[in-house]
Amino acid sequence: MRLPEPLRHTWAVASKDLLIEFRSRTAIISAAMFVVLVLLVFTFARDPTAVAAIDLAPSILWVTLTFAAVLALNRAFQLELENQALDGLLLAPIGRSSIYLGKLIANLLFVGTVELIGVPLLALFFNISVWPYAAPLALVIVLATVGFVSVGTLFSAMTVRTRVSELLLAVLVLPFMIPPLMWAARATGPLLAGRPLSDITGWLKMLAAYDIVFVGLALLLFPATVNE
Amino acid sequence: MLLAEQLHHSFGAVRALDGISFSVRPGQTLAIFGPNGAGKTTLLKVLAGLIRPQKGRAHVEGGRRAIGWIGHQAQLYNQLTVRENLRFWASLYDVVPPPELLARLGLEEHADRPVRALSRGLVQRVAIARALVHDPAVLLLDEPFTGLDRTAAETLGRLLAQHADAGGGRATVLVTHNVEEGTGLATDVAFMRAGRFVHFGPRAGRGAQQVSEEYRNAIA
Repeated sequence: MRLPEPLRHTWAVASKDLLIEFRSRTAIISAAMFVVLVLLVFTFARDPTAVAAIDLAPSILWVTLTFAAVLALNRAFQLELENQALDGLLLAPIGRSSIYLGKLIANLLFVGTVELIGVPLLALFFNISVWPYAAPLALVIVLATVGFVSVGTLFSAMTVRTRVSELLLAVLVLPFMIPPLMWAARATGPLLAGRPLSDITGWLKMLAAYDIVFVGLALLLFPATVNE
Repeated sequence: MLLAEQLHHSFGAVRALDGISFSVRPGQTLAIFGPNGAGKTTLLKVLAGLIRPQKGRAHVEGGRRAIGWIGHQAQLYNQLTVRENLRFWASLYDVVPPPELLARLGLEEHADRPVRALSRGLVQRVAIARALVHDPAVLLLDEPFTGLDRTAAETLGRLLAQHADAGGGRATVLVTHNVEEGTGLATDVAFMRAGRFVHFGPRAGRGAQQVSEEYRNAIA
């Protein structure tokens, strides 16, 4: 069965980005190293007698993942500037939304890989158990990641042609990341403390609403950010 | 096949296009010569739909699907091989790369090499293959000879002439400041200065030297 045209184009863009990342591995290695180093710094810097690991872990997890994601998101459109491939994409008879969604999917898989490295390391370094809550924790991570990656992908397109794109991306995107980051940390805490999923449904709904609003807004605004 | 009507576009106080109108028929190759800043690239981008003109309209029969673009930037991904690049660009046009395309451009033995490992001349050939992968009816060329040595420029000229001849129904618009290399390909020539055409007409068998002289006089 053939996928509908917009989905085929979306997947073409996403799979191309993933293949390029698979070939170079520079961004994924940098982001993974960043996660390892930040978690190590927190592990050695914290005073275990002052604050319990279980209380500290959610904030540290989300701060680490957010900054790793910002590092990773910047590359999404950087590779399109090489040889002005972005003009070729804009010239091709595909919807701008296919370009955005392709980039979003590639970024989600990319950031998801970093999270797959970060979460077990957090469990190891902070000696906390995540496996019994793996499924609800995965739900929180997916919902939060979709939110901040959707905004980050849009801002990455917006800032890529500027001279200080890496700095500008962080400055612009971090304020928008605060709500999902805060809600994800609030949802992760009770989960790691062994509370039932019903205790965090409010946060999950907020995260889902954020995703719907910002993916929709990004789809609407993306054409204006890439058109000259 | 390609129509531009009263195109106007400015970047701040700089007028890049100042009332340009022309049309290009199938089989026609229009070479537009002009100095840096004359508005050539802006004109090509407007024709391609990459820039929306502030006034006027540009129309290409068949829309974006009918356009092939070759610029001085290759629009290729350095980490991907030649074959992977072509497959990706073809997928955006819902076609598969024609099997004879690599052979026609002398790229068969380089097909599985990453673009970053190729010389400038070979990269430009891959860029041509990318532009032709969907067999476009209209080819837009932005300074395609930039950075090429004489042999590579001649090869490029030959390939473009082949494309213009193939099928009889293709149109080409070429913008360059290199009158010598552009004239050989052209059926029609235009000279552009400060966003306007100061000359537009058939080449009528004139050689590069004669066109070059007329260009210097018109631009001066």
